[in-house]
Amino acid sequence: MTKSTASRVSTLHERALQPEARLIEQEPYYEPLGPEIALFDAAYASLIPVLLKGPTGCGKTRFMEYMAWRLKRPLITVSCHDDLTASDLVGRYLITNNETVWVDGPLAHAVRCGGICYLDEIVEARKDTTVVIHPLADDRRILPMEKHGELLHAPKEFLLAMSYNPGYQSVLKELKQSTRQRFIAIEFNYPHAALEKKIIVTETALNTDATDKLIRLAEMTRNLKGNGLDEGASTRLLVHAGKLIAKGIAPRTACNGAIAEALTDDPEMLRAINELAASLF
Amino acid sequence: MSWPPRSSDPRLTVAQGEPIGASQLEERLDEALDPVLSSRRTAQPLALKLAALLDRELQDFTLHWVAVIARTSGEMAYQFAALAPEALRKLDPATAEAWIIHAMDTFDREGLYRGSSELKNLDAFIAASNSHTQAVAFEDACNVLGLFICGLAGRRLKLEAGAEAYTDTETIHLPARIAVRESPAQNFLVYKAMATHLWAQTRYGTFNCNPAEALASYPDPHKALALYHYLETTRIDAIIARNLPGLAREIAALRDAAQPPPACRRVLDPDATATDSLALVGTLYDKFAPPRLNYMGALHPELVQAVRSSRIAREKRELQSELARMLAEKSGASQPQSAAGQRFSVNQNDQADFGGDFELRLDGEAVSPPEHVNDLLQSIAQDLGEIPDDYLVPAGGGYRENRAPDNKADDVWQGTYHEEGAVLYNEWDYKRRHYRKNWCVLRELDVHPGNPDFIDATLLKYAPQVTLLRRTFELLRGEDKLLKKQVNGDDIDLDAVISAYADMRSGMELSERLLVKRHKAERDIAVMFMVDMSGSTKGWINDAEREALVMLCEALDVLGDRYAIYGFSGITRKRCEIYRVKRFDERYDDGVRRRIAGILPQDYTRMGVAIRHLTALLNAVDARTRLLITLSDGKPDDYSDNYRGEYGIEDTRQALNEAHRSSVHPFCITIDREAREYLPRMYGEVNYTVIDDVARLPLKVADIYRRLTT
Repeated sequence: MTKSTASRVSTLHERALQPEARLIEQEPYYEPLGPEIALFDAAYASLIPVLLKGPTGCGKTRFMEYMAWRLKRPLITVSCHDDLTASDLVGRYLITNNETVWVDGPLAHAVRCGGICYLDEIVEARKDTTVVIHPLADDRRILPMEKHGELLHAPKEFLLAMSYNPGYQSVLKELKQSTRQRFIAIEFNYPHAALEKKIIVTETALNTDATDKLIRLAEMTRNLKGNGLDEGASTRLLVHAGKLIAKGIAPRTACNGAIAEALTDDPEMLRAINELAASLF
Repeated sequence: MSWPPRSSDPRLTVAQGEPIGASQLEERLDEALDPVLSSRRTAQPLALKLAALLDRELQDFTLHWVAVIARTSGEMAYQFAALAPEALRKLDPATAEAWIIHAMDTFDREGLYRGSSELKNLDAFIAASNSHTQAVAFEDACNVLGLFICGLAGRRLKLEAGAEAYTDTETIHLPARIAVRESPAQNFLVYKAMATHLWAQTRYGTFNCNPAEALASYPDPHKALALYHYLETTRIDAIIARNLPGLAREIAALRDAAQPPPACRRVLDPDATATDSLALVGTLYDKFAPPRLNYMGALHPELVQAVRSSRIAREKRELQSELARMLAEKSGASQPQSAAGQRFSVNQNDQADFGGDFELRLDGEAVSPPEHVNDLLQSIAQDLGEIPDDYLVPAGGGYRENRAPDNKADDVWQGTYHEEGAVLYNEWDYKRRHYRKNWCVLRELDVHPGNPDFIDATLLKYAPQVTLLRRTFELLRGEDKLLKKQVNGDDIDLDAVISAYADMRSGMELSERLLVKRHKAERDIAVMFMVDMSGSTKGWINDAEREALVMLCEALDVLGDRYAIYGFSGITRKRCEIYRVKRFDERYDDGVRRRIAGILPQDYTRMGVAIRHLTALLNAVDARTRLLITLSDGKPDDYSDNYRGEYGIEDTRQALNEAHRSSVHPFCITIDREAREYLPRMYGEVNYTVIDDVARLPLKVADIYRRLTT
């Protein structure tokens, strides 16, 4: 590889990976729900990959950021989608100037730099993709890159983490036993009311009264889960609504925009949630 | 607004526009009302009155509806004919039609007595219809209200329409329509206030102090009950003001500024309970006539008492056996259950007021109860205010109690009729041009497994065809395709690179298409097979149907499409049946095979309701394409109530339209040679296929399916 090619490759690497690979400098705000920090620390030290389970918006990604900051490792997040292929993760050849050059995918990059690779919503990815991570996720801790003819050994700093939401997955998108049994699973749920209140107040600087009402509204929508709603309002939605209210938006409008419309398109359900919000505010 | 043009009877000898004479009218009425006329009750007086209308449009309108109503009930038609001349003078066309439909709906629901009294109750209807545009009907409000109440937490409550608003602590009954305020929004608010109050009565213990007994000692228990009701309403309003301030502001507007008198202050305190209201009844009994607020329903403590005591006993049993089950799970069933001391304890979280959880502890260690246990704890705490210690003693063998309802679905076939556990569906009446509400009662049943030999015999009989079928369908399966010369892709297309390189060398432009991409053609199809199990399929049609299903399953198993098979039959609207053969989430296994073999001819073919039910099931499946394929042998048909003929065809057509609107593609495979006369009307010109030879059905069905989905 010539020098100029090498520089081009590094530019490619930057383009491909820089936006996602990052070292988190500032401490992200995170409130522990249980022993998850200790669990994660222990798993990291024991080189066991981690699976985060839980409904959307309950703090899984924030937790990953917090842990990456705590462990001082770069966090490489891959949001999985149904067209995500194995080469998207591992890497591929690109053609530059009459030459083919190999460009690492985010997973290979994370292995090389000893970072934390976080596969968000892993069930969305194609089934063949999940198999690629198998050798990385057991005690071999290797990433075979057949196309490149290279076998990457993960350093001890590397950690594989992924998240999935057991709540809304369809039968088609179930996590294979062979995949899930390689991980330590940490379950997340919505924080209990007092903690949720603390989170909302910290994130939005909203007054206590309005925060209480938001939490009640969340509780009400969570009662509706299974009765027309797939999920209740997540802590994230409450934070959104809180931020809108703190910005001076009328509470009912804020709840409609940030909670009701975000939860459902069904007109009757929308109306019911709005009625619930209106009964509080 | 003019009267809708009714096609005039061609047999009339009167010119268009001219009023019809009494004798001709009598003839027409005689014909329509024949079953309910007698020597003492003739159509003559009706005809005279109708002739006196002197308005041809009104006469045609009346004759039309007399004929339509007579299809349902001769007596109702007679009543209508008697009332029509006077009524039509007062009503505009739209209201007249609404009046008739309203009365017929009542008849459908509650029978002749209520139906005819609705017809006679014209003035009340006019009064209501003046506020018609402002009124809110229960059907329009009930879904939103149901979700609203569900969101408020507490015990799950059902919503039902009734004559007045009350609750038995498990069901909230609300009036069929509300028109007491000036605008629909206001009337909806009355609904909401009523529903919230009834919810709050169960939530905040209005019935926990046994008011029926306590109030019975007063000289006039009704008066005492009214006073108690008012005090409770006031107490609940105060609770709502504390917990749901937004709603309280809206309800305050309904009170029309009527503040509770100072003597009632006690119930406004945050710690007031129903017992305080009961005590106040004693103080105020002679001194205070409670006003009625328009969102107050009624209290029926005696109804509540019955429901409540049976629930309390049931829930105690359920909780104890659930706890026993949790205990057995925890200790791995190795420890004896009579372990020493109080093992379970319960803490109610502060937030339990709004659906917060209970903290269940086992030997001092927190355990998270399953959701239904949490619901049970909620419900018990609502009734008793706490979870008594003796409830926390595990008992009952550790297995979930078989909560078979007293009414079993099978009872329907053994003489005791009920609608529990059934699903109700509307049906389209093309004559009325309206739906008959909750008209069909449908149940899902299991097919009794049949002899698996049938399957083996079929597979043997069609062995060469099955092999061929499997091969054909294998080709259809979405295989990975390698797309060459792509702009984006997983890998480099070396051929393209080389030719591009050559191009470039010769001075041509470098192509961008240098990559290969794997493309997976995914078949995202869910298909529902709806199999006619009517009596007319008896014999070789039934055999052919079953064979066709076997062949289909063999083919679909290769293909990997999601599919379900349900049979349908029934007799009358009260006994519509759907037979589960294979659900979407089931594999094609031995059980399914035996059920296919067990498909037997049953009764009739009421298709509309079956289509509506199966469409709903199909719509619950997440797929890009949803197909509803009917295997049938004839027209929709049912015993009595006019389903045969045009009515059935039109209802089926309407049900198919509904299915189509919800993005389900209906298709019909039939062996009825006359099907070309009516199927285009139901399914459309291209969405059906007629198989002339029954024997070919098993071979054709899979083939048709292949054609449909490629």
